[in-house]
Amino acid sequence: MSDQRTLAVSFVSGLLFGAGLVISGMTDPTKVIGFLDVLNGWDPTLAFVLAGATGSHMAARPYLKRRFPENVASGMEKKTEVDRQLLAGAGVFGVGWGLGGYCPGPAVAAVIPALGSTVVFVISMIVGMGVFRWLQGRGIAA
Amino acid sequence: MITMNEALIALGGGVLIGTAATVLLAFNGRTAGISGILGGLVPPQTGDANWRVSFLVGMVLAGLALSTTLPEAFTTLDRPVWTIVLAGLLVGVGTRLGNGCTSGHGVCGMARFSTRSFAAVGAFMVTGVLTATVVGQWLGGVV
Repeated sequence: MSDQRTLAVSFVSGLLFGAGLVISGMTDPTKVIGFLDVLNGWDPTLAFVLAGATGSHMAARPYLKRRFPENVASGMEKKTEVDRQLLAGAGVFGVGWGLGGYCPGPAVAAVIPALGSTVVFVISMIVGMGVFRWLQGRGIAA
Repeated sequence: MITMNEALIALGGGVLIGTAATVLLAFNGRTAGISGILGGLVPPQTGDANWRVSFLVGMVLAGLALSTTLPEAFTTLDRPVWTIVLAGLLVGVGTRLGNGCTSGHGVCGMARFSTRSFAAVGAFMVTGVLTATVVGQWLGGVV
């Protein structure tokens, strides 16, 4: 998984992903908070971004399944059941999202242009990911 | 509210994101979930790190390349540093526990009609809306 083509595909995908986040306004945490804070002049931008992203990927999937069946299968999550760890983790993520206005992608794409508090956010997020590994190592998380 | 033009730009940006997910799945067999891609580097594993770094470098460079054209896209929240630290910690640990974020569950998971992803999106939307609304309404938006 580290031949030149794989790395080039990853890089191009990262470029497209980052550009999409910036162009759609998602690297601006005030727009994200404007969507999540429903009592303060609601900003529906995030809903359009999610519709465009999920909708276009959904539309491409039938073709992908036919043309690249092995890759589509390997990109699936192994677990299939909704468990407590999934709901608890997603719930905790939502609290952080509502506090900081960043989910992981926009924070990474904005880290150099925004600097300051965005760098603090990204470092804290990486520390939080390390906390998860620690919990995993102690058998507290799967 | 937003104008029709702003809505179309948001939709178009979203299509770019969806295309990025399509490219990564088609050619590399990987889900474009940013928390998973970054979290797989904490700590890095031999033979599995390069494609992740390559993707993240692409994202960072996209931000950098657009920073002079769209400077308003990089506004930051005026909140105390401890709030930002807490937010980052919760996003980091929460996305890893929940095995995905807005991209992995929201874009990729919902696009393949995954029950786990719909449940995760429901959970983080509920707590996200509650947190942002409570902070905005009753805590002056500066906590």
